Amino acid sequence: MSGDRVTKALLFISSLTILLLSAGIVISLLGGALPAFKEFGVRFITSSVWNPTEGSEEYGAMAFIAGTVITSILALIICIPMAFSTSLFIAEYYNGTRTSRILRSLVDLLAGIPSIVYGFWGFYALRPLLVATGLTDQGFGVFTASLVLAIMIVPYATSLSAEIISMVPAELKEAAYSLGATRREVIFSVVIPSARSGIIASFILALGRALGETMAVTMLIGNANVIPKGLFAPGNTMASVIANQFGEASGLKMSALIAIGLLLFLITALVNYLGKLIIKRFA
Amino acid sequence: MTEINTALTDNIGRRNRTNVRFRYLVIAGAVITVIPIFLIVGSLAIKGFRQINLAFFTQPAPDTFQAMMAASTGDIIPGGIANGLTGSLLMVFLASLFAIPPGLMTGIYIYENSSQKYARFIRSLAEILQGVPSIILGIIAYIWIVKNITKGYSALAGSVSLAIMMLPLIIRSTEETMRMIPVSIREAAFALGTPYYKMIYKILIPVSFSGLATGVLLALSRILGETAPLMLTALGSPAISFDITKPVSAVPLLIWDFYNDPNMVSLVWSASLFLMVFVLSMNLLARSVASKHKYI
Amino acid sequence: MNNTSQNDNVLEIKDLSIAYEPGKYAVNGVTASVKRNSITAIMGPSGCGKSTLLRAINRMHELYPDIQTKGDILLDGQSIFSMSVIELRRKVGMVFQRPNPFPNMTIYENVVAGFSLNDIRMKKSRRDEIVENALRNVTLWDEVKESLYRKGTFLSGGQQQRLCVARAIAFNPEVLLLDEPTSALDPIATLKIEDLLGELKKKYTMVLVTHNMSQAARISDDSMFMYLGELVESGRTGTLFTTPKDPRTEAYLTGKFG
Repeated sequence: MSGDRVTKALLFISSLTILLLSAGIVISLLGGALPAFKEFGVRFITSSVWNPTEGSEEYGAMAFIAGTVITSILALIICIPMAFSTSLFIAEYYNGTRTSRILRSLVDLLAGIPSIVYGFWGFYALRPLLVATGLTDQGFGVFTASLVLAIMIVPYATSLSAEIISMVPAELKEAAYSLGATRREVIFSVVIPSARSGIIASFILALGRALGETMAVTMLIGNANVIPKGLFAPGNTMASVIANQFGEASGLKMSALIAIGLLLFLITALVNYLGKLIIKRFA
Repeated sequence: MTEINTALTDNIGRRNRTNVRFRYLVIAGAVITVIPIFLIVGSLAIKGFRQINLAFFTQPAPDTFQAMMAASTGDIIPGGIANGLTGSLLMVFLASLFAIPPGLMTGIYIYENSSQKYARFIRSLAEILQGVPSIILGIIAYIWIVKNITKGYSALAGSVSLAIMMLPLIIRSTEETMRMIPVSIREAAFALGTPYYKMIYKILIPVSFSGLATGVLLALSRILGETAPLMLTALGSPAISFDITKPVSAVPLLIWDFYNDPNMVSLVWSASLFLMVFVLSMNLLARSVASKHKYI
Repeated sequence: MNNTSQNDNVLEIKDLSIAYEPGKYAVNGVTASVKRNSITAIMGPSGCGKSTLLRAINRMHELYPDIQTKGDILLDGQSIFSMSVIELRRKVGMVFQRPNPFPNMTIYENVVAGFSLNDIRMKKSRRDEIVENALRNVTLWDEVKESLYRKGTFLSGGQQQRLCVARAIAFNPEVLLLDEPTSALDPIATLKIEDLLGELKKKYTMVLVTHNMSQAARISDDSMFMYLGELVESGRTGTLFTTPKDPRTEAYLTGKFG
């Protein structure tokens, strides 16, 4: 029976990979970020100054934290009505039909398109449209980035919401119908209240994805290292500043970028944890 | 209770109208959601098709001067994405090598010990790791490999960043697939006195094979399109290279390069079209494997 | 009200056929009637179409577009298909197989759910009165009057089912459809519901689907026996049970199938 023990030991050892990996990620990020935090202290988070000029170097993450939070939340706001109606379409109005299956696969396709393709499409196809509206000169900025981000996160919010909406027991809906409620009334008084926490979790998880998205945002947000001054103003997110500046960075600047990576890691982990927590409560 | 009847005759019309209106709103919202798919696929197909020829697959990317000459005369830009294609394949292959064996084994471990605290903790770690933005994994591979092992940008570093992305995906899909196997199958195997390791590779893995394959294919389609971590690790290279200690290109990295060079615009459409078709067909393949070969 | 309201029959089912798939009839050419202020039991082995027939009476099948219905059902002489479905369901209440109080609503809110769902506003005092009456009618008032504002999910299965009956009768329907209302309950809770139905007969006409023959014998006035989608036999419950005319009815009643 020593074969059994060897197998069990092998499986256990392989499970250590992820443990070591996670610990390694946290330690490496902390270690890399340490010089920046030592130099600037809390100011690294609260300051929005980003000055790489040698001699007067100063790095603060606030502009990028703000850029990340603003674009992601705006993306979420745009995403909610789209994902909500699509999940009602798939899981309520056309549940179990061919139409529903087709729509579901189309939405899944959205999730399969690489981020850089979204960025490129946003740059060449969407940006000129926004310029044509006259709201923006160049078409770069928070709104353009958020719009593309919203399209990118719709499939994540939709598939989970749809799954949860389709799990609302038919007998509850029938009870409301038998009392004379219309479909809309059943949706608002039975379906949504029953599925509420699951729907909220699906949007939180979609937000978690938006926070870490890099390429599409980098290509559309305008890459200005300041707190965005308006919807159509340029800005920068935590992920996009890393993508843009990591290659030429060294010393303190490198440490500052790794520190931003650490903060992004913490924010996304927190948001994802919250989403998972709500789902576990729901189930 | 005539009050009910009166109230109903008063409000039936209004309620039916809002009901119909809401239905249209839902349909409109769903249509708006799928419009971008057609716009993206359509514009890439129309504008990217022109540059797709044999050279596109067999030749490395042109330099900007060649592209400028071609663009100024309206010709097709010479060259292709061969250096990106080989680089992508090299790194995806290495990443699979690094991630699939421990991923499968960890998935089986979690499934086999799902009642234990440690296994559940490992599962939560995998969930957290899955949510980590890919750019952060680029930073990690940079710190670990670029700075300390290959002393410079390298295919190895790129592969490691992709492997870290892949690992939690494989772990979770393995565990979820195995959980769908009826307990009775396992018990039947044990009842016949099957040793543990044989039960795993003669029963668990074959029975869940299509599910495992689906998980792997979906993970591959995820990492094939990844750009951000590769910018920090593999960097890109104008030539075809198979040296894992040297920088290599990848299709998404080429798109990024082309995008930053105004002369290459028509090539970027083609490269994007190719990448999208490649990733989506991998995705579709995964789904068809999942639906066709179902033991469970 | 037209002259047919003088008629003894509240419901007239005319040559009703229902198919889940084209050509596959779950209910096939059923013609029957239901008398006012009586309990009519529909019996038969599982899959005979009894629930399908019941759910046609409040047009529940319209929720599922694949289901096709032919024939007609008259309520007080008027075709139910010519009415607005809201109006129909206001006149025909329903109690389901498993207790299904709305988990997001309190007991109080559950009883008046018909009003809130239908957007009917009224004074608090009037609502209180309706809640108390409905809960008294289902003999639940004394058990829950202290916890009206708690969610209904803590109640026992039998209490939940009585709450569901209260929810249906609060809306004061003419007809109450009961789809195996006791099949998920223990014998004592079942007995309470049966007693309750006997009381409610004074006010409402009830159609009861049951696979429990003794229940049909105990509480129904009229019975229908269905087999393979067809109405095999119907009549006074006493007559049907003692002298069934059709051999299939006799086989069912003597336990040969089902």
